[in-house]
Amino acid sequence: MDSLPAGLSSTQKDELMDQVKQQIAVANAQELLTKMTEKCFKKCITKPGTSLDSSEQKCIAMCMDRYMDSWNLVSRTYSERIQKERHRMP
Amino acid sequence: MTDFGDNFSSSLNTENKGDRDLQEFLFVEKQKAQFNAQIHEFNDFCWDKCVDKAGSKLDSKTETCLTNCVDRFIDVSLLITNRFAQLLQKSGNM
Repeated sequence: MDSLPAGLSSTQKDELMDQVKQQIAVANAQELLTKMTEKCFKKCITKPGTSLDSSEQKCIAMCMDRYMDSWNLVSRTYSERIQKERHRMP
Repeated sequence: MTDFGDNFSSSLNTENKGDRDLQEFLFVEKQKAQFNAQIHEFNDFCWDKCVDKAGSKLDSKTETCLTNCVDRFIDVSLLITNRFAQLLQKSGNM
């Protein structure tokens, strides 16, 4: 990567930070979307028919909500554990 | 993401106050991204292990299973890391 021109203006710096943050947020959402699609397809579409019937659509909606619940719970558990491990360190 | 952060950071001039801010910013963002990636991974396999049917809410059994899944995975990871280090030490390779 080329080195940056010396001294970005503070506006340029803020723009750059915003861009980085946005790109990370997009990547994160994409990952969640991919995983959710894979998991909920597996759970709800046991026998793919000629169209998505209403019970399948309902299952998908429910599955999405539960996947996000699960994601949040896992996130909470993981950060609590990190905190605990940090305390344990001398 | 890792490469991006590293290359980008190393191209910054640490003498410069503005660049130091950027470097710090990137360091924090990178850690947040790694944390998120880890959660995606945990949720991936803990979902398979714990969630049977996606109902109208996560029941308490499923919730317990999910928290246990994360905690036990970390236990296993720590255990294996420690034991592996001991094995290496015993074999005198390190």
